[in-house]
Amino acid sequence: MEKNINLTLKVWRQADAKAKGKLETYQVDGISVDSSFLEMMDILNEQLINKGEEPVAFDHDCREGICGMCSLYINGRPHGPDDDVTTCQLHMRKFNDGDTVYIEPWRSAGFPVIKDLIVNRNAFDTIIASGGYVSVGTGGVPDANAMPIGKPDADEAMDAASCIGCGACVAACKNGSAMLFVSAKVSQLALLPQGKVEAASRAKNMVAKMDELGFGSCTNTGACEVECPKGVSIANIARLNRQFLSAKFKD
Amino acid sequence: MNLDAKIPQGPLAQKWSNYKNNQKLVNPANKRKLDIIVVGTGLAGASAAASLGELGFNVKNFCIQDSPRRAHSIAAQGGINAAKNYPNDGDSVHRLFYDTIKGGDYRAREANVYRLAEVSNSIIDQCVAQGVPFAREYGGSLDNRSFGGAQVSRTFYAKGQTGQQLLLGAYQALMRQVNEGSVKLYTRTELVEIVLVDGKARGIITRDLVTGKTERHFGHAVVLATGGYGNTFFLSTNAMGSNVSAAIKAFQKGAAFANPCYAQIHPTCIPVHGEFQSKLTLMSESLRNDGRIWVPKKKEDAEAIRNGKKKGADLSEDERDYYLERRYPAFGNLVPRDVASRAAKERCDAGFGVGATGLAVYLDFQSSINRLGEDTIRERYGNLFQMYEKIVDDNPYKEPMMIYPAIHYTMGGVWVNYDLQTTVPGLFCLGEANFSDHGANRLGASALMQGLADGYFVLPYTIQNYLADEIATPRMTGNEKEFVEAEKTIAAKFEKLLAVKGQRSVDSFHKELGLVMWDFVGMARNKKGLEEAIEKIAAIKKEFWANVRVPGTNDGMNIELEKAARLVDFIDMGDLMARDALSREESCGGHFREEYQTEEGEALRQDDKFAYVSCWEYQGDDKAPVLHKEDLVFENVKLIQRNYK
Repeated sequence: MEKNINLTLKVWRQADAKAKGKLETYQVDGISVDSSFLEMMDILNEQLINKGEEPVAFDHDCREGICGMCSLYINGRPHGPDDDVTTCQLHMRKFNDGDTVYIEPWRSAGFPVIKDLIVNRNAFDTIIASGGYVSVGTGGVPDANAMPIGKPDADEAMDAASCIGCGACVAACKNGSAMLFVSAKVSQLALLPQGKVEAASRAKNMVAKMDELGFGSCTNTGACEVECPKGVSIANIARLNRQFLSAKFKD
Repeated sequence: MNLDAKIPQGPLAQKWSNYKNNQKLVNPANKRKLDIIVVGTGLAGASAAASLGELGFNVKNFCIQDSPRRAHSIAAQGGINAAKNYPNDGDSVHRLFYDTIKGGDYRAREANVYRLAEVSNSIIDQCVAQGVPFAREYGGSLDNRSFGGAQVSRTFYAKGQTGQQLLLGAYQALMRQVNEGSVKLYTRTELVEIVLVDGKARGIITRDLVTGKTERHFGHAVVLATGGYGNTFFLSTNAMGSNVSAAIKAFQKGAAFANPCYAQIHPTCIPVHGEFQSKLTLMSESLRNDGRIWVPKKKEDAEAIRNGKKKGADLSEDERDYYLERRYPAFGNLVPRDVASRAAKERCDAGFGVGATGLAVYLDFQSSINRLGEDTIRERYGNLFQMYEKIVDDNPYKEPMMIYPAIHYTMGGVWVNYDLQTTVPGLFCLGEANFSDHGANRLGASALMQGLADGYFVLPYTIQNYLADEIATPRMTGNEKEFVEAEKTIAAKFEKLLAVKGQRSVDSFHKELGLVMWDFVGMARNKKGLEEAIEKIAAIKKEFWANVRVPGTNDGMNIELEKAARLVDFIDMGDLMARDALSREESCGGHFREEYQTEEGEALRQDDKFAYVSCWEYQGDDKAPVLHKEDLVFENVKLIQRNYK
């Protein structure tokens, strides 16, 4: 039943955005395999605080895989060794006694480090602000059932809308591209009649903003899809490309 | 303390129309001259900030996370109610109103709840227009399901991620306003003080969580949409960062705090499994539509399961006690949350609990899987089953889920009148942070409805009634003495926390507080226990200030310092909850006093003495708050004992 393991951790420590960071080594013992990865980090921090040292800063909030706040490269993989989960849902039963675990922040030009394992993902908000919405104000809208939407389209839109904005796709991409993130929003809205009206300008504006913010280009390696904790498909990228090209032709 | 609820005149169904027909408005040219601070970017905060920005006000919107999209509304799973009556099953605005008032055990204001039911339909229209991908039928119309405690299907949903999709809709509306310049967004920024000038809320002091620097912000009005106080218990389904500090600052500045003892304990959460546990995970209540709750009939079987000698699936049908179906034949597994939670506790306390700790009951899908097939169950709840499997390492398609109640939502909050204005002029409060609509118990799929109702369709009207008289008030610079002094006080508070240099971590205190809350101010409360809790909380407070250890400095990011400052407020909140629970000598909704129960163990209200809102007024640090009462007047519903049998 209850099983405990001992681990050696190599954790990225960086005092602030400008400081030079480095990996520090810590030992944690007696970690229950039923605890989550972030609970293991809590135990490490409690240990550090009790020694009078500064705890490791990492982003986290809901701890149930939906807010998108947690991040971390764990042994070189965004969100660690399990599939279809965020770091907060990763459990220690995926590790073995005696393992050495490397814990680093997202590494990407679009996400500068703020402190230790925390990075700045404001660029995602800026991309959404450039057009990731339907331009409708509060009030004065038709009845919700006035416009039927086929179930397949609604379901596909829902799948695209599952993106939690964590940034794992960017972190996994060798080019640091945000195409999976952008295409998920473009697809969701393009699939629905409410979003079709602005589909072309939305695709153009969001891609332009992504480029401007220093994210790389997509070369279709598919790494983003593999690491996406919500299984958002790269079929969305193909859809975005279609939207984008048709917008360009119209110009 | 002015506790006039300002309920509009006229019959119930006309009150909101009457209000809107007679309220004051601000003309477009003047809107540009008015600044509004909105704290929080959840459903209530984001929808309010976006809507106010669209109207032409200058809005400043603050959140503690790195993006407004992270607010904890995102985690709501099940759905959102509305009185659309699309399924033609007899729903109406009045029925939604009635169910909500009754579900709240008759401890909410009729007029507020009616308005909530009335605007519920507009919310669905709005969200669909934004591109929220609600579940649909093959014919293309919206799908509805029934949800905890309702006899009609009025719940709209987007897989098991309704909160996420509604929040993203509001977030996108917000980002559109950010793009247009009407809303200025401050992320990783925390409210640390509310500033009053001449008795009116005029601004806030914030702390930049990256640099540690404080800033002064002016607003003609301040809106708090900062969520509930469930994390007082340390272990709850709330996000780790959810906190009560903004509401406590409001309380300390003179806003009444209403019904703090009303906390909702959600029946279907993954059970606690160890001391290292940091939070509890909710399994959506929608699971109760197809899952059946049971424990073993015989104690020997329960014990064998606890020792790992038997598994739940090994027990035959007649060895199982489907206790909700047995006790409540009319509602069965769909009884409201408070009833389901207490029933689980009762069975476990009686020795029938399962799981290693004995503090768990089964939620079993086998009969639904037999009836509908595994694929249908996967389509309905796939993401929830996956979440369960990742956490517990058990396959819920084969072995029944284990669940146990956990703190989930707080119905109490900052007192507001019909305008959503607190007792401090110019200070408004929305969503879970206020107390207004759910009485003593919230029904499933009502929180999303209330957050969005407040933000999209109520505050944008009612705040104008206040601001119409403020058009001549010039913008303040932030250099006024009230702002400067507030900033100084705050800086001193953070220095004081750092200066304790004790031996214990912030979390160790928070966990201690949480245990006291769970043991004495949790699912079942009594006079002796509550008195003990108040003493224990005072002792924790004393020990905290003598022995907390906050490493680092106030320059730059310091997460322990953030947590310490929030814990100071949680400790005060715990005290307030215990005092309120002690003073309310009845059982109602989420507040269960062991002294007041029926022979069958159901909650027993004392309507002749306690049909009021408890409103607590701050008296100063280390002084007991004073209780005021707002009497609840029921003109449209008859108070009866809730009966789900």
